[in-house]
Amino acid sequence: MFLAKIIGRVVATVKQDTLSNQPLQWIQPVDATGRERGQPVVAVDPIGLGPGELCYYITAREASLALAETFVAVDAGIVGKVDRIDLPELDPELEP
Amino acid sequence: MYIARVVGDVVSTHKNDRLDGKKLLLVRRLGLDNQPDGSVEVIALDVVDAGVGDRVLVVQEGSSARKIFNDNRIPVQAVVVGVIDSVNIG
Repeated sequence: MFLAKIIGRVVATVKQDTLSNQPLQWIQPVDATGRERGQPVVAVDPIGLGPGELCYYITAREASLALAETFVAVDAGIVGKVDRIDLPELDPELEP
Repeated sequence: MYIARVVGDVVSTHKNDRLDGKKLLLVRRLGLDNQPDGSVEVIALDVVDAGVGDRVLVVQEGSSARKIFNDNRIPVQAVVVGVIDSVNIG
């Protein structure tokens, strides 16, 4: 799974059948420091998040596992909201 | 599998039910020089009680990951499956 920040809701009235009633969010992959990594993607959001929130998402074949119904045509799905990341500064001595 | 450094603990209360009670770690893949190789950070589930700073073994393949938890509906792609003691090169 990967970190991302919610950009905003994507609304599409005409969708493939399995995508009906699946909320979509536009998300920007980021690293732990908040720096943007790669291109934004559209993900299904069974959690119900809002713009600016940090989440983690699952991709590829496993994406539909984020949903109750697994036969859904998706390639990215939000799995949870990140409350915080504990990032202690790594001691340089740790690097052998 | 690949070698990574655990760089953070991810705290998440609002998440998929199947992840309840599971520990999430943020890992960075390492290169031959033991430094992060610059690839995107991955959130992995932990089954070996690894902690921040540990050098670990990560399996990043969905079906293997689900087999570890014996749950074919758990949304997981990467699992920390070992804490590395040493690597001998050459």
